[in-house]
Amino acid sequence: MSEQKKTLRTPFYDLHIQTGAKMVDFAGWEMPLLYRGIIPEHQQTRSAASVFDVSHMGRLEFRGDGAVDFLEHVLTRKIRNAAVGQSLYSLVCHDRGGILDDVIVSRYEKHWLMVCNASNREKLLAWFSRHTAGYAVTIKDETMNTAMVAVQGPKVIGLLDELLPEPVSDLKRYHFKVQRYLFFSFTVFRSGYTGEDGVEIICGTKAAQMGMGFLFKQGKIPAEVPMQPAGLGCRDTLRLEAGMPLYGHELDESRDPISAGLSWAVAADKAFVGSDAIARIRAEGPSQKLVGLLVDGPRTPRQGMAVLSGGKPAGVVTSGTAGPTLGRTIAMAYVDAPQAAAGTELAVDLRGAATRAVVSPLPFYRRTAAS
Amino acid sequence: MATPSDRFYTSTHEWIKPQGDSVVVGISKFAVDELTDVTYVEMPAIGRKLVAGKAFGEVESVKATSEIYAPVDGEVIEVNQAVKDDPSLLNQDPYDRGWLIKMRTAATDFSSFLTAEKYDAAHPH
Repeated sequence: MSEQKKTLRTPFYDLHIQTGAKMVDFAGWEMPLLYRGIIPEHQQTRSAASVFDVSHMGRLEFRGDGAVDFLEHVLTRKIRNAAVGQSLYSLVCHDRGGILDDVIVSRYEKHWLMVCNASNREKLLAWFSRHTAGYAVTIKDETMNTAMVAVQGPKVIGLLDELLPEPVSDLKRYHFKVQRYLFFSFTVFRSGYTGEDGVEIICGTKAAQMGMGFLFKQGKIPAEVPMQPAGLGCRDTLRLEAGMPLYGHELDESRDPISAGLSWAVAADKAFVGSDAIARIRAEGPSQKLVGLLVDGPRTPRQGMAVLSGGKPAGVVTSGTAGPTLGRTIAMAYVDAPQAAAGTELAVDLRGAATRAVVSPLPFYRRTAAS
Repeated sequence: MATPSDRFYTSTHEWIKPQGDSVVVGISKFAVDELTDVTYVEMPAIGRKLVAGKAFGEVESVKATSEIYAPVDGEVIEVNQAVKDDPSLLNQDPYDRGWLIKMRTAATDFSSFLTAEKYDAAHPH
């Protein structure tokens, strides 16, 4: 890796400081971990609406006659048939099927947009530049020119229908629409990483600051708006309850999409980088599988702790937390395939104390259907 | 919240408050803020002999797990049941209602610990 670099700041940095956020380094970015507390912000998201600055996520644009073919070559998901206005979750894998990143690609009229993990942006750019030979594609990193916010929670759609120029309630999940206000344009995506309904919005940095200016008065969202800022801390507890994988925890270059339970995001009818290796794993069956664990007691399993079956090593924990909405301890873990069935009784080695953990179907938390 | 000057601090973020032949031990506001919302505190049994510098318990939050170290040699004579029952007391009041344990100790010299001023200088908040 490169030597010490200057920490990056999003267009909302000043607002975070004004709002009293506790800031942390995340993948080289100075980001808000929390404003009031992880648990109250988690509950705010589950019960009303939260706004998250996720501008640290990478935003890459693909243009040119060869963009579709190039993306088909490097992505596990078949994207060719996507409609304009549609987004698709996909993986980027290396030749042996290991996961380089998980991304969302969106088809605009004349280009494609890929949102990737902040920690993988530079790695992906380097990886793509090694695979462009023969494709008429240009890749532009738009991360620094744009901002991205996630607005999540059961009250979001109703709120935004009133606040934005065009309604968002008619957007289907994993679809997006470009909206205009004055001379700014911005994209509203019906997606998120919390297990709640909501949107993610991408726009130019100037428009972003202006938009937040409308929302915040003297560093605060007025009390009559049932929406509050939320930090990366609760984003993690929310996504974990929703059973969503996080790169660097559930996904990394040593894990493949089949083991990670993401075979639905891998096309069986096209060739791409890693397709042979992944087809082999699919045919033979993965040796370990990603599972959810409901863990007894109040202690929290952490990444790297051993999973035991009958006292013997049977896997490893990738994430764990005291689920604020569930009111119980949850974890995700890779366990040996024979032990991966829901209901299997395992244990987590919590610093010497073997603690009962039962394999649970994912997600742990599912929101009640929209009324 | 001001860092109380009526006690001493360790570089591993415990506070230690001498009271006759015993000491009260807790963890600093700085440490609690780093952990974020505390969800569980693992306390030692009453009567357990602790060794200075060795872990005697754990504090867990929605974000991380951290060990707590004994500042001095001694025996656990009391644990804070209120914190066991409601770990958020640590977030609300780490220096008073959020104390963790009382230890009987022969230690009388606390000059090797940090004063509030020195601790604050090392961990600005």
